[in-house]
Amino acid sequence: MTQILDPTSERSVAERQLVARPESLAGLTVGLLDISKPRGDIFLDRIEERLTAVGANVKRYRKPTYTKPAPVDLRHEIATECQVVIEALAD
Amino acid sequence: MTSDPPTIPDGLVVVVKRECETCQTVVPVLAQLDAAADLTVYTQDDPGFPGDPAAIHDAELAVSWHHDIETVPTLVRVVDGAEVERTVGWHRPEWERVTGVENLGEDLPPMRPGCGSMSVDPDKVDELRARFTGDVLRSRRIDVAEAEDDIEMMFTRGWADGLPVVPPTPERVLAMLQGTSRDPSEVVAVVPPDLVECTVEKVAIAAVMAGCRPEYLPWVLTAVEAACNDEFNMHGLLCTTMPVSPILVCSGPGTRAIGMNSEGNALGQGNRANSTIGRALQLLVRNVGGGRPGEIDKATHGSPGKVGFCFAENDAESPFGRLAGEHGIDDGVDAVTVFAGEGTRIVFDQQSRDPDSLARTFASCLLSVSHPKLVLKFDAIVVIGPEHARVFAEAGWGRERIVAEINGHTVRDAADLVRGVDGIAEGLPAPFGGIGDVPKFRDGGLMLAYAGGGAGLFSEVIGGWVNGDEGSEPVTRAVHY
Repeated sequence: MTQILDPTSERSVAERQLVARPESLAGLTVGLLDISKPRGDIFLDRIEERLTAVGANVKRYRKPTYTKPAPVDLRHEIATECQVVIEALAD
Repeated sequence: MTSDPPTIPDGLVVVVKRECETCQTVVPVLAQLDAAADLTVYTQDDPGFPGDPAAIHDAELAVSWHHDIETVPTLVRVVDGAEVERTVGWHRPEWERVTGVENLGEDLPPMRPGCGSMSVDPDKVDELRARFTGDVLRSRRIDVAEAEDDIEMMFTRGWADGLPVVPPTPERVLAMLQGTSRDPSEVVAVVPPDLVECTVEKVAIAAVMAGCRPEYLPWVLTAVEAACNDEFNMHGLLCTTMPVSPILVCSGPGTRAIGMNSEGNALGQGNRANSTIGRALQLLVRNVGGGRPGEIDKATHGSPGKVGFCFAENDAESPFGRLAGEHGIDDGVDAVTVFAGEGTRIVFDQQSRDPDSLARTFASCLLSVSHPKLVLKFDAIVVIGPEHARVFAEAGWGRERIVAEINGHTVRDAADLVRGVDGIAEGLPAPFGGIGDVPKFRDGGLMLAYAGGGAGLFSEVIGGWVNGDEGSEPVTRAVHY
């Protein structure tokens, strides 16, 4: 029988439970991460307005460049300060 | 799978095979030794040979393999479990010296050469290596069903790059690992986008799949190290919408030793080393790193180079040095430069015979890298063909002069490059309009390589991805053997 070796990383995907989706955003801290694409900040400003209007407490974050993953410290900061994160990829 | 290496007993040990005429010739000597000393005979092929004295059948070739028997007959003297000395073939004085027994084989000719041991038979070696050293391999083993085609299964599981790959059997991967002295379990790099620690073994698997020969493996390993770091930013390069990929520019005597092509059609198809070394890196990023088009790889168009793009500079004949030299590698040292770049574009100039005219041609062509109105953000490698290089060389222009002259001819007033100028919305943002004269390329952003066939007044431009912290910096590494 032919055998071949697995060419992949063989990582098993970590199973994580999602936190229950909140009924409302009022009173929650929502994080918005700017990936530093041009004019992304303008778009996020508008999102911030709309979230504030429904009673959310918005925190803004920015990563140095869109071409590299967010620094570990920044990810930790977001995770500890926010209850909800909006993450979107755009161009 | 493997067990402890078999020991051989103290005294005299001889390894033979019936198929070897010299082994047949020395049978009387074996009988003499059996009478005079503690003798153990191992037979590789026929258990009935020599018959007298009786032999142990080394059927699996475990004894032969583990005791490095390359020739039969081999005579070994063993004291307290350790080999003290050996001799190969039949040579009376040597056999008498090793055994301490005189008058051996008086009727025999004084010497006869031996034959190849079955344990070094090229048809058997891969299988033996897998049998006796297979447990150095840590990757999961996948059984291929009888009814399953092993080429098709690589496609079905998403491990191919659109072209068939060589199934990475343990035998092939162990043979590939012979190309490096590094331990298979050594971690080479952290591969994006999944940021996985990747071992030498996993690189060897990718190299097998790409179609590499074992002697290419050090180049593949070096390319993986050069690409998978923050400076080169393989991660961003993989994800971008731009049509770019890691391009390997190799140089040094080792490129010639492994048969890379730096001459006619060097950037094209047909040369195994050129075609497979770059492909191995991309297969690794796909399968170990998890980077695939339609997923994290967002390239709008991509380019043919994304299957793999690797070529050798003809640094032995270059009149202006080599790219690796620009990045601090000493002459004569094998090196790989990895550059984030797109497909090639021709510099067509069949008329220029003086260097100034040719430099202006290069400058004109280079202005269009990415967009004529964008400057400084993109690097480029110019692969200068021999007929163009000769024009510069005959004028006595070295590397620095060539680059300075070409870049000098790209200088324009930034005000002419601003968004909206010439009815073109793209260009420099308005605030840059006042900075005065700007060249197309930043310092160090215009790089030269020497490759191509001897006929043809052409060169090739390889435009780059975004440079600097936001993008990628070229990385050069000496090949780590």
